[in-house]
Amino acid sequence: MTNKVTKAGSISRRRLLTTASAGAALAVSPFRINLLQAEEAPIKIGFPVPLTGPYGAEAQDQVRAGQLAVAQFNDAGGLNGRKAELVVRDDKLNPGEAATRTLELVEKEKVNFVVGSLSAAVQLAINNVTKERGVIFNSISQSDAINEAADFSKYTFHEALNPHMTSGAVGRYAFAKFGKKVAFLTADYAYGHEMVRGFLEVGKEFNVENLGDIRHPLGTTDFSTLLPRLQALKPDILCISNFGRDQQIALKQATDFGIKKSIQIIAPLLSHASRVAAGPQAFEGVVGGCSFYWGIEDKFASTKAFNDAFRKMYDGKLPTDYGALGYGGVRTVLEAVKGAGSVETDKVVAALEALKYDDYKGPQYYRKCDHQSVQSVLVIKSKSKDMRNESDVFEVLSTEEPNEKYLRTCEALGHKS
Amino acid sequence: MAGLSFDLIALQLFAGLALGAIYVLFAIGLSLIFGMLTVVNFAHGAFYMVGAYVGLYLISIGGNFWICLVAVPIAIGLFGLAVERVLIRPLYGRGIDYPLLLTFGLSYVMVECVRIAFGKTGYPFDTPEVLQGAVDIGVGYFPLYRLFVIGATAVVLLALWLFLEKTSFGLIIRAGARDPQIVRVLGVDVSKVWLIVFGIGTAIAGFAGLLAAPLQGVIPEMGGTILAEAFVVTVVGGMGSIGGAVLAGLLVGVVVSMTSLFAPEMAKVSIFALMAVVLIVRPQGFFGRAGLMS
Repeated sequence: MTNKVTKAGSISRRRLLTTASAGAALAVSPFRINLLQAEEAPIKIGFPVPLTGPYGAEAQDQVRAGQLAVAQFNDAGGLNGRKAELVVRDDKLNPGEAATRTLELVEKEKVNFVVGSLSAAVQLAINNVTKERGVIFNSISQSDAINEAADFSKYTFHEALNPHMTSGAVGRYAFAKFGKKVAFLTADYAYGHEMVRGFLEVGKEFNVENLGDIRHPLGTTDFSTLLPRLQALKPDILCISNFGRDQQIALKQATDFGIKKSIQIIAPLLSHASRVAAGPQAFEGVVGGCSFYWGIEDKFASTKAFNDAFRKMYDGKLPTDYGALGYGGVRTVLEAVKGAGSVETDKVVAALEALKYDDYKGPQYYRKCDHQSVQSVLVIKSKSKDMRNESDVFEVLSTEEPNEKYLRTCEALGHKS
Repeated sequence: MAGLSFDLIALQLFAGLALGAIYVLFAIGLSLIFGMLTVVNFAHGAFYMVGAYVGLYLISIGGNFWICLVAVPIAIGLFGLAVERVLIRPLYGRGIDYPLLLTFGLSYVMVECVRIAFGKTGYPFDTPEVLQGAVDIGVGYFPLYRLFVIGATAVVLLALWLFLEKTSFGLIIRAGARDPQIVRVLGVDVSKVWLIVFGIGTAIAGFAGLLAAPLQGVIPEMGGTILAEAFVVTVVGGMGSIGGAVLAGLLVGVVVSMTSLFAPEMAKVSIFALMAVVLIVRPQGFFGRAGLMS
């Protein structure tokens, strides 16, 4: 790097003049277009995710699968030979850091699109930057706010599930089955708040009684002072709405406290990477939701194809839920680029809106008003026995098929219909 | 939320003491090193983390938790000896900020090395089988393993107290902390004393990391959060005072636990509020000697 700078700095005047005149000659020559096309820069996709910190395990999966989508696009010839490239940045799970990195991606790296984020709060910071700069952003983590008119822009897409859909699906399954008295342990930020709101909303249909909601800060490592209180509330269901390492530790310590003996633990999302990192004991018997599980490959050819490609690229490993989102988020954008035959933002937006895709988990499409991907939600249970391989960690209990009725209406989100 | 019973408050108090025991175990190593060497060891959290990883490694090659309880402190203690001899010793007599900056940098190096060797994602660390599950302690159920941690902390404290107060080497350590120059004049090799104190301090840190692993799993960044809390404990207890660290550790645990009961969202802040109050009322902490930092 330093070497280059000195070289460029000491460029001779004569050399400069020749280059400049050659450039000027090229500019008027008819060969210009061909030459430019051959040297065209790759299609750059900025990818800010929290590689370090409590959600690191999931973020690394997002990157792996995102790379796969790029590799497939390039192997298929790219956009008339123009290749794509993933520009990964660590947002450290911090909105300020994410905004800075995104700005850098847009201004310095000149990325064409941004895909990424793994936090209900951080994605809004990224979205603020991309929205203002008119760059397409496809978010691959949960958020309700990003669908709402206040945060939405025509450049904003949401490939991930949102808390309303997720908690709705898990709630409909769990409240019917395990009981009506519910206590909550919640990560104190947008993700947790939106999940609890979703659970309470679907809970109305089941006359669920809310015994209390205990909130903990993001990045908590000891839940021992919160668990006795939750136990004393004597709920049928303890709903733990947190993610990543918080989820691993909370479930582990809840198991140690013997909570599972009398209480069914549910979680809006059970993260595959967290389940692997925490081991079978902690997650045993916990019911939750997810956007993707590799085991649905018996049902969908697209899942089978995605699993096989992932296995091939990563020594037989299987993709996780958040990995699949990284794949889906990048792949839909590149598919739209191909469809539009261009990287021009407006054309790609139109192509994304028109997309009906089945890339890894069955049919999906982006709803017109809020660009939310309408898709299935899986309700899963963690298992500790009869595992066929190291990725065989969940059992799919039920599937909520893609349907707009499980989303909040466009009017409720503040969009004009 | 209703339902505040006597049992719940008692259980909450107990949970606070159990949490405090973990703080104590972590903070005494820090306090010991500071009290004797006036080295503010910012790498203490990293030693703690490496302790957990060494345990993880030993178990993966066929060891068990009980072997680790002995092997990990020895391994981390030896590592601590090497660090003191090679890195810390040249900095004695240069002002308190030199070793502080050095250990701060060292902690980054250690975390990064572990990330390279073991990866950025964490590993599960199963509670040893005989210590799994919860037992009835009269006011409610409490995890057996946490009771074991309280016991282990008590054993370490007792051993440390006996060593410092009842052995002749302990006498030299205490004298060396009070006035190294006189001890040197009396013909004692003070640098050897400091070497061993640093080794003991880091050995306890590694031991604490091993004990924490079954509670929360193992991850390269695990030393970071507890370091901040441990500094609060040492400041409240009085920098360098082991007795102060014990009292303050238990107090911080109980304060966190009781705040969690009534206002869970305030629990994290309550630690620092406690520190602020103590610093206003008694700037040197509970048992701190004034002027140690200058």
